[in-house]
Amino acid sequence: MNALQPAGSGAQFHSIDGVYNFAYLDEQTKRMIRRALLKAVAIPGYQVPFGGREMPVAYGWGTGGMQVTASILGLDDVLKVIDQGADDTTNAVSIRRFFNRTAGVPVTEATTEATVIQTRHRIPEKTLREDQIIVYQVPMPEPLRKLEPRETETRKMHAFAEYGLMQVKLYEDISRHGEITTTYDYPVEVNARYMMAPSPIPKFDNPKMHAMPALQLFGAGREKRIYAIPPYTKVRSLDFNDYPFEPQQFDAPCALCDAKGVFLDEVILDDKGDHMFVCSDSDHCRDRRAEGHMGPRAREAAEKGYGADQ
Amino acid sequence: MSDVPLLEAEGVSHTYAGGQVGCADVGFSLYPGEVLGIVGESGSGKSTLLSCLSGALPPSRGRVRFAVRGQGMQDVFQLSEPDRRLLMRTDWGIVHQNPRDGLRMSVSAGGNVGERLMAVGARHYGDIRSEALDWLGRVEIDAERVDHLPRTFSGGMQQRTQIARILVSQPRLVFMDEPTGGLDVSVQARLLDLLRGLVRDLGVAAVVVTHDLAVVRLLSDRLMVMRQGRVVESGLTDQVLDDPQHPYSQLLVSSVLQA
Amino acid sequence: MTQELMLQVQDLSKTFTLHTQGGATLPVFDGVNLTVGAGQSIALAGASGAGKSTLLRSLCANYRPSSGQVLVRHRDAMVDLTGAEPRLQLEIRRETIGYVSQFLRVIPRIPAEEIVAEAAVAGGMDDAEALNAARALLQRLNLPERLWSVPPATFSGGEQQRVNIARGLIRSFPILLLDEPTASLDAENRKVAVALIMEAKAKGAAIVAICHDETVRAEIADAVFDVSAFQAAA
Repeated sequence: MNALQPAGSGAQFHSIDGVYNFAYLDEQTKRMIRRALLKAVAIPGYQVPFGGREMPVAYGWGTGGMQVTASILGLDDVLKVIDQGADDTTNAVSIRRFFNRTAGVPVTEATTEATVIQTRHRIPEKTLREDQIIVYQVPMPEPLRKLEPRETETRKMHAFAEYGLMQVKLYEDISRHGEITTTYDYPVEVNARYMMAPSPIPKFDNPKMHAMPALQLFGAGREKRIYAIPPYTKVRSLDFNDYPFEPQQFDAPCALCDAKGVFLDEVILDDKGDHMFVCSDSDHCRDRRAEGHMGPRAREAAEKGYGADQ
Repeated sequence: MSDVPLLEAEGVSHTYAGGQVGCADVGFSLYPGEVLGIVGESGSGKSTLLSCLSGALPPSRGRVRFAVRGQGMQDVFQLSEPDRRLLMRTDWGIVHQNPRDGLRMSVSAGGNVGERLMAVGARHYGDIRSEALDWLGRVEIDAERVDHLPRTFSGGMQQRTQIARILVSQPRLVFMDEPTGGLDVSVQARLLDLLRGLVRDLGVAAVVVTHDLAVVRLLSDRLMVMRQGRVVESGLTDQVLDDPQHPYSQLLVSSVLQA
Repeated sequence: MTQELMLQVQDLSKTFTLHTQGGATLPVFDGVNLTVGAGQSIALAGASGAGKSTLLRSLCANYRPSSGQVLVRHRDAMVDLTGAEPRLQLEIRRETIGYVSQFLRVIPRIPAEEIVAEAAVAGGMDDAEALNAARALLQRLNLPERLWSVPPATFSGGEQQRVNIARGLIRSFPILLLDEPTASLDAENRKVAVALIMEAKAKGAAIVAICHDETVRAEIADAVFDVSAFQAAA
């Protein structure tokens, strides 16, 4: 039942328990999604409508990302799933278990070992390779939606590259707050043509999208749109010449592993306001601690005689 | 004096679905710097005509041609949609009767005025802002209101913001639909003075549609009188108003109370 | 001595049809023929209602004649004013024909000096120069300086007329049409106005004027043209 059948023979690939098709979706659906993906890769940043299927999770929980992942998974893939950079949150655990059950592919928490990485709202700190694919979960694929509610208008704006309105929005930010206040889902221009919503990754991660060696795929389940950035594509975050794009800066390293230049999450430690900032990318933090790096909190704990793992 | 017209209407007609005639057989040539007034009462077809002339409504018959930069006379409705949209954002301007139709009410005055610049690629915040301030000054709006929303402006100020928003791209042709409609008399007066000055200083050609004869007397060089979809008389403004030939024109002129 | 022909009226007729009065017709004049050369000035004469004003207005395309032609020398060629395209008519008014009306049609809220300066700017002068020329002319016409920056709506008839004259004469139009230019002026200002008109005449302007005042008429006109001789049959 787990034996591979040659393509085109009409046989189905079954999941581990023999109930679902390989990776849940039927083969025709996967083909439809792959066609959409090819089109998306051919037109970087352009939102391709696709016939999204009902998934066994509700909209808003990653159904778009899951459909993309399901369509590209093969038996020799290794899957990593992260949510806000962590492998161990509920969402990531559920989706990883889902693919384990329906596809039987090996899963991992190590970024370097994965061939397909499905992510919600973060890009891993380690630079991805040419043989890797990153799949983003996207809530709202249309970057102009908040400014222009009409779909008929936004489609024309993309078709005619009429993006002045987004520039107006950035102008308004600066005039009101002295700076561009968008901190996540920061709009980008892909391949000097289409404006794209990179999904709610922090703007800190935007520079990683530029000329990334890996293939980047985006899936929005509720809105039924797929888009893509092929490897080594130019991705530019929108800005003004005199107010250039600046990723977030952190003024302290990770409290556990002492990493600098990475995105940090705030962790509340008690009800008296004690908090610390640690790597959002849990895999990255674990690797660094394994190498012996110690951040301020870790050193403190060691001095007090606590164990290395909090 | 240029020999090439800027805007040419030939047999422009529009009939609405259901058979109602909007306008019929309107033709004229407008040259750079000329202001054409179109007067008529409700139902005269002047608004339909303006929609056809300004690229918003394709005529059922006839054509509208404009001297597109670098391309010569082009049929406006044969242009590709992106070309027409670009034209309407740069070389043309439309001053709507209700400023809400011509402004983004939730964008600041500065953002509204700067939008046309950003739409054609301006990317320096400081430059955009100073140009917006310059134009707001020219329409007599206080610089300290540059970051305020038009929602907080009076009707006259909203209208002037609309004008600044259009003029910033230095259009060669401006369409105005009842530019003083709904404004208080003193506010109307101030707006007309401003329009008159701007049109004269910038050499903009304009088509002004209104029912108010005082507006055309002040602003326009030439006048067309419309009734039931047709142009019943046309000529120089002072000539049509001082020596109207057509019965309807005479009726219109004699109906106006002299203050 | 032949003066260059500037203005030629051929067989001009005007009848008003009042559609609002049930189509009543008001014939004014019929078959008017008139020529005016450069530097020549003609005074229109005739009883009140004879059509002097109507004829004058027909010469600048303000009134449309019922039949006949008005030819003017525009840019070195005789051009038919009555049948011309609006664009050409506007060009002729801009460059060739100046008109001083009987009453100043007041453009509200524009100060007197700007009204005069605007006329100069329309003729190609730059703003600063035009304002200086306007002030100089108003000075010459004895308009008090405190009134220069005031809109003329509140001026007396004589003061308004002086603004009107300044506006009409600040530029050197080849053809000048004057409707009662000195009517509201006192003796002293009348003298200034006449001097200005004679200066224009000396520069070669062809002038057609309506003047009730016999003295002024004698001073400025070379000949008198009696409009009532062309009274149209009712």
